[in-house]
Amino acid sequence: MEIASGPSTDSSAARTIPIDSSSILYEFKQQNLPACKPVLKPSYVITTFLLLGFIFLPIGLTTLCASRTVVEIVDRYDSECVPGAFRGNKVSFIKDSSLPKNCSRILKVRKHMKAPIYIYYQLDNYYQNHRRYVKSKSDQQLLHGLNSSNTGSCEPEESNNGLPVVPCGLIAWSLFNDTYTLIRGTKKLSINRKNIAWKSDRDSKFGKQVYPHNFQNGTLIGGGKLDPNIPLSDQEDLIVWMRTAAFPSFRKLYGRIEEDLKADDVIVVHLMNNYNTYSFGGKKKLVLSTSSWLGGRNDFLGVAYISVGGSSIILSIVFLLFHIKIPR
Amino acid sequence: MKRFVYINDDESSPTHGLYCDNRISNRKYTLFNFLPKNLMEQFSRFMNQYFLLIACLQLWSLITPVNPASTWGPLIFIFAVSATKEAWDDYNRYLSDKTANEKQVWIVRKGIKQHIQAQDICVGNLVWLRENDEVPCDLVLIGTSDPQGLCYVETAALDGEIDLKTRVIPSACTGIDFELLHKIKGVIECPNPDKDIRRLDANLRLFPPFIDNDVCPLTIKNTILQSCYLRNTEWACGVAVYTGNETKLGMSRGIPEPKLTAMDAMIDKLTGAIFVFQIVVVIVLGIAGNVWKDTEARKQWYVLYPDNDPWYELLVIPLRFELLCSIMIPISIKVSLDLVKSLYAKFIDWDREMIDLETDTPSHATNTAISEDLGQVEYILTDKTGTLTENKMVFKICCISGNFYGNEAGDASKDKRLLNAISSGSPDVVRFLTVMAICNTVIPVRSKTGDIVYKAQSQDEDALVHAAAKLNMVLTNKNGNILELRFNTLAIQYEVLETLEFTSDRKRMSVVVRDCQNGNILLLSKGADEAILPCASAGQQTRIFNEAVEQYSQLGLRTLCLAWRELKEDEYEEWSFMFREANSTLVDREWRIAEVCQRLEKDLEVLGVTAIEDRLQDGVPETIYTLRKAGINFWMLTGDKQNTAIQIALSCNFISPEPKGQLLLIDGKTEEEVGRSLERVLLTMRTTASEPKDVAFVIDGWALEIALKHYWKAFTELAILSRTAICCRVTPSQKAQLVQILKSCDYRTLAIGDGGNDVRMIQQADIGVGISGREGLQAARAADYSIGRFRFLRRLILVHGRYSYNRTAFLSQYSFYKSLLICFIQIFFSFISGVSGTSLFNSVSLMAYNVFYTSIPVLVSVLDKDLSEETVMQHPQILFYCQAGRLLNPSTFAGWFGRSLFHAVVVFVISIHAYAFEKSEMEEVGMVALSGCIWLQAFVVTLETNSFTILQHLAIWGNLIAFYVINWIVCAIPSSGMYTIMFRLCRQPSYWLTILLMVAAGMGPILAIKYFRYTYRPSKINTLQQAERLGGRFLSLGNIEPQQRLIEKEVAPLSITQPKNRNPVYEPLLSDSPSTRRSFGQGTPFDFFQSQSRLSSSYSRNCKDN
Repeated sequence: MEIASGPSTDSSAARTIPIDSSSILYEFKQQNLPACKPVLKPSYVITTFLLLGFIFLPIGLTTLCASRTVVEIVDRYDSECVPGAFRGNKVSFIKDSSLPKNCSRILKVRKHMKAPIYIYYQLDNYYQNHRRYVKSKSDQQLLHGLNSSNTGSCEPEESNNGLPVVPCGLIAWSLFNDTYTLIRGTKKLSINRKNIAWKSDRDSKFGKQVYPHNFQNGTLIGGGKLDPNIPLSDQEDLIVWMRTAAFPSFRKLYGRIEEDLKADDVIVVHLMNNYNTYSFGGKKKLVLSTSSWLGGRNDFLGVAYISVGGSSIILSIVFLLFHIKIPR
Repeated sequence: MKRFVYINDDESSPTHGLYCDNRISNRKYTLFNFLPKNLMEQFSRFMNQYFLLIACLQLWSLITPVNPASTWGPLIFIFAVSATKEAWDDYNRYLSDKTANEKQVWIVRKGIKQHIQAQDICVGNLVWLRENDEVPCDLVLIGTSDPQGLCYVETAALDGEIDLKTRVIPSACTGIDFELLHKIKGVIECPNPDKDIRRLDANLRLFPPFIDNDVCPLTIKNTILQSCYLRNTEWACGVAVYTGNETKLGMSRGIPEPKLTAMDAMIDKLTGAIFVFQIVVVIVLGIAGNVWKDTEARKQWYVLYPDNDPWYELLVIPLRFELLCSIMIPISIKVSLDLVKSLYAKFIDWDREMIDLETDTPSHATNTAISEDLGQVEYILTDKTGTLTENKMVFKICCISGNFYGNEAGDASKDKRLLNAISSGSPDVVRFLTVMAICNTVIPVRSKTGDIVYKAQSQDEDALVHAAAKLNMVLTNKNGNILELRFNTLAIQYEVLETLEFTSDRKRMSVVVRDCQNGNILLLSKGADEAILPCASAGQQTRIFNEAVEQYSQLGLRTLCLAWRELKEDEYEEWSFMFREANSTLVDREWRIAEVCQRLEKDLEVLGVTAIEDRLQDGVPETIYTLRKAGINFWMLTGDKQNTAIQIALSCNFISPEPKGQLLLIDGKTEEEVGRSLERVLLTMRTTASEPKDVAFVIDGWALEIALKHYWKAFTELAILSRTAICCRVTPSQKAQLVQILKSCDYRTLAIGDGGNDVRMIQQADIGVGISGREGLQAARAADYSIGRFRFLRRLILVHGRYSYNRTAFLSQYSFYKSLLICFIQIFFSFISGVSGTSLFNSVSLMAYNVFYTSIPVLVSVLDKDLSEETVMQHPQILFYCQAGRLLNPSTFAGWFGRSLFHAVVVFVISIHAYAFEKSEMEEVGMVALSGCIWLQAFVVTLETNSFTILQHLAIWGNLIAFYVINWIVCAIPSSGMYTIMFRLCRQPSYWLTILLMVAAGMGPILAIKYFRYTYRPSKINTLQQAERLGGRFLSLGNIEPQQRLIEKEVAPLSITQPKNRNPVYEPLLSDSPSTRRSFGQGTPFDFFQSQSRLSSSYSRNCKDN
């Protein structure tokens, strides 16, 4: 019945009250804007899934290849670097500053590694993203130094003996301080430790005129110390460390080797095992890794792409069968 | 308990200033109580209390994960917006009250006639009214221009009855001189204000020198009430007894309550559920956090937990999680909903198809908050006069001495045979027309332009005189007792000797006239068939007239029989004497007169039957038919008589005639009678509930009163069982009570009416619709929606209501979806951040996500149309999805909940794996996850949008671009936490690969499920969508096609005004014919509501029309 009466009222309305019915505003007011009304046609959907699959599979393969070209050497050293006598009580070993902390590890290069080779340290079970921790820094102070009094967020490492600490906060206080020296054969491999931090951080987050002050002077020593004569913007280890990681397992850049490592090269690592991960059972690893256009070795993207691509092809086939079996 | 009104009160009287003035106020707030009252009202909603609590908690910096401004800002904004809206609404109410209050009226003060504003009338003032004035307050009449002390009022705005009512001055006031009225003094003792418009038990005592000290009783007959109109009386004068909001009308107006839609209630319920879920999450995570803290975090030396905690330390982690999860309940939902609701309302205002072209009144949504309820209406309670009907009587067809005129064309005045008979001067026809023209109390008045305007007490008489004039028998003048008629070119004069007035007992009226040409005395009568036909002379066959009456009333027409008789001179003289005697009796006057009249009205020669139509408004039967098909039940509540109500109900598809429909009458004067009657009806209802029969009950005001008082439970059961009901002679408050009953059974009710008598019901109902019609704007003002014509109701419900419901359903669930999505990610993140309550996202992103990034695309869903308007109109059954709340309920919500959980898993897992190890920088990972959410939600909106206009594309993809642009801008600010992050990410191929993977992994399964459902388990909406969008291909598959034919088949005979009555059939010949059975049988593929027992009484109305 509406077919009969609808258009008639419509046209009469248009007649009696002249209106610019072509204007977009008018169509909007009448909720009559031209609209595209897609239908989930089987052909469209099946094609979409098929297309998705055929795009994703090659991407997945490429990504996986890229990831596989990356050569990576990972060496966990935290428990090995504790002398046998202290194996039962690693915490007391690490806390005793009188004991020598040096330790040597031997790494074998399995595949040719092209420069630049990145040296990372990896910490596991380390919660840089803990709420107490992640907030405990003062961006103001890092940039402006002692001039900034806006350090309330640095609790409980805000001041020491009544004097403000620069850089304040738990993050800086717990600075990672293991050091590595790499020797290939007899020659020491030079590690480039410049430009390991983000340029933007060095330029605009950490002050060029801000020097460490009253740092690690308290009764409770956290991690590494800082050279009070080098401005914060040049303390790249600190800058890297203060880019907090989102996950309890993370790698941070230590430096770069700017020469190739050949297959079957043997590298001796002399390291200072200073940092305490023993009290909470954290692992420490040294990582040498090349990189690809995607970054480090990470098969996840490739595998995920291939599985998504694969399943969408399967899905499209299933839908196709459905469509053939049960045509509507 | 009583009030004493001193007439012509001056400052010295004891009651001066005791009662309120005549200021009408529909306002909710005053200037002073606005802020506290509005805040109180806003905080009565759970959501607002919740947000306030969260905002207060955020002030504690130890626990807040984000900046407190991110909650306070939106909160204050929301409150400001809704307060402004309320203030604006109230201001408009104030303005409309103001125009009513400032109307100029004449009153007498200190003996002098003054022109004052209506609001300044005090109780005791003498108010002067002139013809066609609206009565400004309740008055007790004390004088009129009529020598008998009569005046006529139109009470349509009060009770919906359109005939003029006679009001008379109290006996004590008769004969008071016009001049003296100014100085009249006295006291009226009347009860305190109440809302009973049929009753006033008061006394009047005039002070000397007026008459005496006798107490004169007053009844409702002596009053004229607010909102009535003075008609056919030059002037009238009365004492104000009730003023302002204390008038009978004002008392029955009631206080409007803020209305909450079913959807709002559902959203509140879901919010409550989410809140409970959130509390559970918070408790679980809080305990886990504290356990982790005590077992693990103390070992994590770099976190440096103090050894001895302050006492509140145990609460810190749970409270942190509470704040972290507080975004689960989206603060933006209220703003978004308010916004889109105002837009729905605007769409109604703008709709050109709902403009009444006759009067150029557009539809208007006064209440902008309840459009979704329109789509969920289950019961429509409608007024009759002026709502279903035009409130205009038109003479249609007639039967003159056995000849039917106008049956073919539906209009006797165009019938060739009748016109021929008139021009040839057939005596029967001429007599018939004479009776039509002069057997009445109509007064012809010549207007300035020379046209004749008829002033009629009743619309029926008006219609008859007009029709006679059209048929060349023109009543041209009435000069004292001399009537002048013009028939063709011939002028005829009659002298009116007596008028035997109409009473509701006699149901007829007669005039005795003398033909001035030949001196013959004639008795002309007209009346209801049962009052005229028994008085026919013994020799006359009345069978044909009985048939005519029967046939006409089947067509929903009001019938009147016309008759005449020639009187002998001496018979008249003799009777005239008796009549005068009866007229002067003091006891039982009315009865005596009736008896005398009876003596004259006998041996009549019946001339014929007229049929008058109180024309239904255009499209009423179709509208009712469509809406009933949409599963909406109709109740008719009218102040009118039972017979008329049933007739109208029949003619507008309300009820079906026997045997398809069955009408059950509940009547009785006493408690037992009504009880028995009710019990009987209930019994019938229960037994017929399973039959496909259309059972309706009829009840009148009196029985209703008793039923409501003593048989509340039984009546409520009846109300549930009955899809249709007719309640006649009901008062405004009874109408409201009926609405209340249906509401108490949890039905969504819509009340539609046009007069002041409907205001209560309109305000009581979930949705009130006012027809801005002839009875003034009172109903329209009180209503949530005002429309020009009844037929717009169909569009209002099926188009606007349905779209609003669908859109809000999507919008609200989507709002929860996106909030839950980001909240789940935060929760997952807390498991890898030592259950310490770290936020993965920074404050800026978090705030912008909820308020900005995700609200814009979804706002354009107000333009989404799942089905075209035409399709919905053709298949009104689809409204069932809205009525039953299929699109927003716990199970659909669970779907969205699951979706957000799934998407959160996808985003979280992909970001933590793709950005593991050396890439695991906090800001970067947060931004990757956020981008994933933004992309996913854009695709979710795309997938859930049914029709894309340019605006949708603009909002969805524009928003995505805006996300990047905004982030680039923010990332260019060195001091911001995410300095350079976005540039860094956008340069990485792995970022784009990650996003692409999230979209594919997140949307693939959703698309697959949607496609599967759409194709293999389609809902009726999907089926119609496919049919509509793929053209006729699916129609030919036999799915919908029979339904269409069925509709078309039924359309043709719908129009009552054009009955194609070659053989007028009022027996339902076709009710059992195979074709009917096929159309309504179980096999109808589209009849998908069979299982719904309440709707299953598959309604059919075709018998009458076929």
